Amino acid sequence: MTQSDVAEQPALRPHAEDAFADELAALAAVDDRPRPARWRLSPWAVATYLLGGELPQGRVISPKYVGPRRVVEVAVSTLATDRALLLLGVPGTAKTWLSEHLAAAVSGDSTLLVQGTAGTAEESIRYGWNYAQLLAQGPSREALVPSPVMRAMAEGMTARVEELTRMPADVQDSLITVLSEKTLPVPELGEEVQAVRGFNLIATANDRDRGVNELSSALRRRFNTVVLPLPDTAEAEVEIVARRVGQLGSSLDLPPAPEGFDEIRRVVTVFRELREGVTEDGRTKLKSPSGTLSTAEAISVVTGGLALAAHFGDGVLRAGDVAAGILGAVVRDPASDQVVWQEYLEAVVREREGWKDFYRACREVSV
Amino acid sequence: MTASAPEGAVAPVTCGPPQNAAPRGGPPAGPLLLGVRHHGPGSARAVRAALEAYEPRVVLIEGPPEGDAVVGLAGEEAMVPPVALLAHAVNEPGRAAFWPLAEFSPEWVAIRWAVRRGVPVRFIDLPAAHTLAMSEGRTVSEGEEQLHGEGGEKPHKEGDGTVPGGPHGGGAAGDTPPDGLQRPAGQKIRLDPLAALAEVAGYDDPERWWEDAVEHRRGGRHDPFAPFTALGEAMSELRAVHGDGGHGHDLLREAHMRLRLREAAKEFGSAATAVVCGAWHVPALAEPEQPAVTADRRMLKGLPRVKAEVTWVPWTYRRLARRSGYGAGIAAPGWYGHLFAVPDRPVERWMTKVAGLLRERDHPVSSAHVIEAVRLAETLAALRARPLAGLTECTDAIRAVLCEGSDVPLALIRERLVVGEALGEVPEGAPAVPLQRDVERCGRAVRLKPAATEREMDLDLRKDTDAARSRLLHRLRLLGVDWGVPAHSRAGSTGTFRETWRLRWEPELSVRVAEAALWGTTVYEAATVKACSRAVEAPGGTLADVTALAEHCLLAHLPDALPVVMRVLSDRAALEADVGHLAQALPALVRSLRYGDVRGTDAGALAEVAGGMAARVCVGLPPACAGLGDEGAREMRGPLDAAHQAVRLLTRGEPCKEGEEGLAGEGQAEEGRSGAGLLSRWRGMLRTLAGRALVPGLLRGRCVRLLLDEGSLADEEAERLMRLALSPGTPPGEAAAWVEGFLSGGGMLLVHDERLLALVDRWLTGVPAEAFTHVLPLLRRTFAQFESGVRRTLGELARRGPAGEGAGAAAGAGEGLPGFGPGLEAARAEPALETVRLLLGGARAGAAASREDGSGPVDERQEVRA
Repeated sequence: MTQSDVAEQPALRPHAEDAFADELAALAAVDDRPRPARWRLSPWAVATYLLGGELPQGRVISPKYVGPRRVVEVAVSTLATDRALLLLGVPGTAKTWLSEHLAAAVSGDSTLLVQGTAGTAEESIRYGWNYAQLLAQGPSREALVPSPVMRAMAEGMTARVEELTRMPADVQDSLITVLSEKTLPVPELGEEVQAVRGFNLIATANDRDRGVNELSSALRRRFNTVVLPLPDTAEAEVEIVARRVGQLGSSLDLPPAPEGFDEIRRVVTVFRELREGVTEDGRTKLKSPSGTLSTAEAISVVTGGLALAAHFGDGVLRAGDVAAGILGAVVRDPASDQVVWQEYLEAVVREREGWKDFYRACREVSV
Repeated sequence: MTASAPEGAVAPVTCGPPQNAAPRGGPPAGPLLLGVRHHGPGSARAVRAALEAYEPRVVLIEGPPEGDAVVGLAGEEAMVPPVALLAHAVNEPGRAAFWPLAEFSPEWVAIRWAVRRGVPVRFIDLPAAHTLAMSEGRTVSEGEEQLHGEGGEKPHKEGDGTVPGGPHGGGAAGDTPPDGLQRPAGQKIRLDPLAALAEVAGYDDPERWWEDAVEHRRGGRHDPFAPFTALGEAMSELRAVHGDGGHGHDLLREAHMRLRLREAAKEFGSAATAVVCGAWHVPALAEPEQPAVTADRRMLKGLPRVKAEVTWVPWTYRRLARRSGYGAGIAAPGWYGHLFAVPDRPVERWMTKVAGLLRERDHPVSSAHVIEAVRLAETLAALRARPLAGLTECTDAIRAVLCEGSDVPLALIRERLVVGEALGEVPEGAPAVPLQRDVERCGRAVRLKPAATEREMDLDLRKDTDAARSRLLHRLRLLGVDWGVPAHSRAGSTGTFRETWRLRWEPELSVRVAEAALWGTTVYEAATVKACSRAVEAPGGTLADVTALAEHCLLAHLPDALPVVMRVLSDRAALEADVGHLAQALPALVRSLRYGDVRGTDAGALAEVAGGMAARVCVGLPPACAGLGDEGAREMRGPLDAAHQAVRLLTRGEPCKEGEEGLAGEGQAEEGRSGAGLLSRWRGMLRTLAGRALVPGLLRGRCVRLLLDEGSLADEEAERLMRLALSPGTPPGEAAAWVEGFLSGGGMLLVHDERLLALVDRWLTGVPAEAFTHVLPLLRRTFAQFESGVRRTLGELARRGPAGEGAGAAAGAGEGLPGFGPGLEAARAEPALETVRLLLGGARAGAAASREDGSGPVDERQEVRA
């Protein structure tokens, strides 16, 4: 892409409400069901927007979330009962994607976003100050910089908090007042901002990763929790991994590996079996390791393997290329996970037809 | 019937036969036909209302007419649903059929209503005598072999003629739709009337349609007959289109129903007669289209029959659930019971119930939570366009609000509330259950008579009768009927083919048998079903419990229960984190395998599980042994020994490749990779343990000893390891523990291997004085275990001073033991050697002759010395 292109190009990643503006408009046009205060669509239409469907005039709404219908229905109903919604799940389960589209469909605006990091300060949840103004005029409404949450409260919109559990616990807890009292006091001005009807909050959080700040139960109580499931079938997951690996591979300039599909399937199988604690044929139970073994990790194992194969191997993804990566993903805790992995190798992999090379490769790396 | 009933169903007045000609709003003129869905609380409520409004003088119910005799019991206080009407062939208790009834079953409501008012109740379905007889041709029910284990608890055996819904198209009670939803028992695919109606109404799930259309409509309806009229019309329409819908057998049943209906109508007047039956049958019973009486009679003529009896047995919600394998079960008995029992606001009350359960289990649930859950459930219902939040909505809301998205507490809720734990009761006066007869029959077959006096009985399991006795007693024990209790044989024989029982029949055992009737009609079946359900449910049971159960199944010869139990066992084993437990459970399993051999059971599955378990122990032991303290090491020793014995037994048939797994300690990596058998992997593991510094001395010593004893460790290697363990760098305590591990279970080794003795001796004399007091108790403990003879010999050897010093080559018995001259005096030794050879068996004798160490030669030398 050249410099001159950039100006004319649309945003690299347009907001959901822009990318699907026509679908939202079409839905709004046919939607005659009751809408909660300040909702752009009725709950039914929001669910249709997310799950896809066909409108009376033959207009097709593309599905945004592929997964159990129940998840979306519970999420939309939660927002309609003005309870805050917590989307929980391991990495790569479309939490952020779902939250963005929910906000876009409900409030028509998915940009009132707070990104949670270890360094997120309380200002980004409550409000900050424009220090130039503050020094010049003293505390005043003009000097106050509202956070996205504050703006959502004032305007009756949907606010989003990403990666809630990455925030320090004290910052998380500043949400408690917002969610229970629906008000945000500004003691410096002796005022408060009261939430208008239609305000709500969608948070996403990762429940399996290490190094997260557990939600206090006081905060947890104020959310309805929806756990986003991992892909239902191995096929779906292989598909996701293969697609992502293809995209990553091309951006890293790795040569394509046509033979690698079987290996991807194997990686996904190992990940799924260990994650679910049962073999695919449902005959043998397994212990689960402490790691998450998310789809995202499967993707990075395969990408790593591809890099190995491309630079040090013969360019074909083989068992040996992914074995070390798998070991690293599975054995997070040297004591307990090692046993889990060994048991898996001995009880399942060793016996499995056509997995000899894989077994050997894994034995080699796992000392 | 209702707003959401399909249009096609409400308009058949022109084409379909008019039902109960009366106009809507008033009672019908003819007999009152109450078409219901079995186990439907909405139907049950409607039936009650209709009966109360109609005041019939006789109530006819779809069920076996033999039940008329015992129906009176239903009015007794001591009868608590869920119960089941059980019909069985007198001579063959294994052939039986159940008609389960819950408090929310319309039939039960009608029975109670009538019995309590003194209104006669009659069952009008085809007599069980015929249905049981006709089920004969279908499947074999040959004694014990009739059960097809297909998982968990399995009260009703599809295809065995025990399921009312199975072979005869929806017997009286159990099934979802009015008579429809059963699995096709035979060849033809049957029409599911509810599914057909639901499809017309635009639902893909018949269950859900029924809920929306019937169950969730409460109050506000003034005409108690309207729902039945509507449903009857819908069914006529369906039958007009689909004929018998593939339920061919139904024609017979309906012919019988008509005969009985006419009979009752003649006696009490047709306007005073009420019929409660599956809605599917209503059109067949409605006046205008009835075939002539003679035609019906002709149809029923010449049907096969057996002598059948009917009684009541207690039932459970769990076995009413479809999950349990009851083909005509319902998804959520507990939920239906709840819907039926609560006066109003079912969702709110349900949530409160759930909250109560969660609090009991220490999940913090506040009233605010409950409020939010109810709101969410109702919003969900609105979003899904349902009239009332159903179980699905409630469950979704509970998951999101009360369980914080987790499915774990949800499983508890499903178990305890959605399915429910209700257990029925049957009054004392109910006729004897078939299980009782089967117990007597089985007792007679193996010549065991119930006697109140206690006696002891030795059984030789190689004899058929004794083996059968043992099986019967074990099965009864599994059912909680302790007619016999295993006793320790006075003869002291511990052989696997011998058992001793203490027998005594106590009167309360009859009660136990009656209770056990819930599990089945024959001892074999009941024991199988109970074993399966114990395995599957086992509340918080440990691995050892399941192993014991598996052992019991083998003893009782329950081949159909074994797969289920094995499955649970291997699942438990897979999830068991404590290697100690695994190792402890292994011996029982291996023991069972040997029983299996004696009793001729096919124990293939067992061997597989045991092998898998041993492999897990193999993998898990090294990390589990690392870094253990003294206490932990001592605790781990038991499991280590036990597992070692078990592996030895388990791999008896396995060829041990002495040659390759050889003397080198680092051979293990190759072994594992070459996919060698369990035994060599096990040995490799022991060798790893023996050489790993992190493993406590006690266990390391033990491993060396185990390896040495079975001859897979060369003497030189053992010596090297011992030297290493006892070298001056090792703390004395650790070294003493090593010695303890190595020497426990026999010191003869030291007597005969002077090099080892010399090592111990040298180490002992080198222990510094201050450390000696610390080591002393350990050593005392070690040596105290030796037999006195061994101790004395050792003492003598020690007094003689360091042996072997100065003697050039220490190895070989040929050098002469202390106190013996060099060489054997062949002529004098020959007779003794010959005897030893005989004792050891020909094969071993050759080996013993060629190898001059190990246990064989030791015995030999002893013999010589003697």
